[in-house]
Amino acid sequence: MARVWIFGQDINTDQIVPGRYAPYMLKNEADLRNYPFVEHRPDFAANVQPGDLIVAGNNFGCGSSREYAPLALRMVGVGAIIAPLFARIFFRNALNLGIPCFTADLTGVLRDGQMVELQLEAGQIITETGECIQLPPPPSFLREVWAAGGIVPFYRTHGRFPGEAA
Amino acid sequence: MREGTRFPHIPPEFSYGLGRSPINTSRAHGATTNMQTLSEQILSRAAGRTVSAGDVVTVNVDLVMMHDSLSPSIIRVLHEELGAEQVWNPERVAVVIDHVAPAASVQTAEKQADVRRWARAQGITHFFDVGRGISHPVLVEEGIARPGMVIVGSDSHSTAYGCVAAFGSGMGTTDIALAAATGRTWFRVPETVVVRAHGNFRPGVSAKDLGLRAARELRADGATYAAVEWHGVEQLTVMERMTLATLSIEVGAKAGLVPPTGLKLPVPEWLTLQEDARYSRVIHVDLNTLEPQVAAPHTVDNVTDLSALGRVAVDVVYLGTCTNGHYEDMAAAARLLRGRRLAPGMRMLVVPASAQALQRATEDGTLNTLLAAGATIGTPGCGACIGRHMGVLAPGEVCLFTGNRNFRGRMGSPEAQIYLASPEVAAATALTGYLTHPQELG
Ligand code: SF4
Repeated sequence: MARVWIFGQDINTDQIVPGRYAPYMLKNEADLRNYPFVEHRPDFAANVQPGDLIVAGNNFGCGSSREYAPLALRMVGVGAIIAPLFARIFFRNALNLGIPCFTADLTGVLRDGQMVELQLEAGQIITETGECIQLPPPPSFLREVWAAGGIVPFYRTHGRFPGEAA
Repeated sequence: MREGTRFPHIPPEFSYGLGRSPINTSRAHGATTNMQTLSEQILSRAAGRTVSAGDVVTVNVDLVMMHDSLSPSIIRVLHEELGAEQVWNPERVAVVIDHVAPAASVQTAEKQADVRRWARAQGITHFFDVGRGISHPVLVEEGIARPGMVIVGSDSHSTAYGCVAAFGSGMGTTDIALAAATGRTWFRVPETVVVRAHGNFRPGVSAKDLGLRAARELRADGATYAAVEWHGVEQLTVMERMTLATLSIEVGAKAGLVPPTGLKLPVPEWLTLQEDARYSRVIHVDLNTLEPQVAAPHTVDNVTDLSALGRVAVDVVYLGTCTNGHYEDMAAAARLLRGRRLAPGMRMLVVPASAQALQRATEDGTLNTLLAAGATIGTPGCGACIGRHMGVLAPGEVCLFTGNRNFRGRMGSPEAQIYLASPEVAAATALTGYLTHPQELG
């Protein structure tokens, strides 16, 4: 089971990982795992479990290009991020790192702390009462990157970019 | 133009599951057009075929920019994950040490030393070290970023290169490593949102106010996955255009372009403003009535007229960044500060965007005026914009910032308050100690 972490709208990359906590600024880069939402939501890093879901409002990840923001989320094992709209650079970074992102507004459907099950292949969330929420499938050119586990394995396997003719 | 939907800008691929039909890209009057947006022109050339909004394309890039903050991770992905020994073209990869310049700690000093060694070993010709300035103005000043280019940078404000009508776009570590390894990247060709300015700025009002006014209307997500084109601003200098181009990312844009009209630079003949191109949205701003704008804490789109804010006491005024640390910005501040002193207890930090801007300000006395008024000058670079050094804020402090982000904690303590405004408002505020309209000081 995965815990649902609800976040508001316009969550920016400084809220996910402040620039002061960048790997560039750290003695030990592995410490990045302690800093997702370090100021915005200090209980997150201490309690998040692998597979947990971030369910956020509109425009998640706006702001900077810092890939260490989604990287910090990957380090703690975030299972998927679900928001009605993702900021473009964040979305690309998350895709590149192999973090599943679904565009849907579930902030009014799920509650913070709720335990659910994510069935990634089927793109479904099953709640504790057995209710099934169907997530919209991403477009095909993104699905192929997910399937490969990120852009680096995708490029190394296929020698081309997403959407480019084989 | 389609109005009335909640996310009129979402391209079809990204509107899946939201129960909306794909965006209607036909023109308001129904006619078809061969006219292209600036992004379509540039990406068509880079892709080697005619492309239009919505197409997913792989393109050749003209320039890849990386800065000190992400270079260590880019270098690691390049060599360790992609297995590339060499960048695809060492003359087309620019490396700039600007984010923590000069180094503020042993860690950053060590990483910068690694980046320097790497750049030398790779034969990178465009390497700019501590003190040369912020990547965006530097690459424009050096003539490396030019009209019609596709430029990707490890920095969200890489939209800046739109000031010379280049398609500049920010990306993260992995995308930049891949572009540096291959000379290519992929894009979804963006729709275009136009901000159309009419008339002329009133005294004390400038490009920053236009940019903030647009953010007020478009909101932080108003151009997500789209490009912004800024029309009606051909009177602006290149760096004033950069103010607008950098603010484009604050409404979510992939690129932010000012048409090449009026540029004193060679412009490829295929690159022109084609006003009949398909735009997903057009907003109009009347400069003749535009008042100074302020983005109040803690979002860039939390914008109001300065006059609506009441009396806001300010502890520190910070003039700098790729948005408003240019020569023009220091000169605008100096015009107000000439012969005056900062308000008692006020600190004013000026961090020039580039060494060239600083030199120009030195030569014509602008710098002296700032110093005589009591301002402090920092090393050209990003300074405290991301809260790492050179003017980090304490809890409870209020900062009037000429930069582009007022996110909570951006410049230091999450308990600090950041207001974004123009250099003119910054100077007026430095003189009174509270948010002040430049006209009040005459
Ligand atoms: S000045 Fe600020 S916004 Fe501009 S590149 Fe530097 S850190 Fe980014």
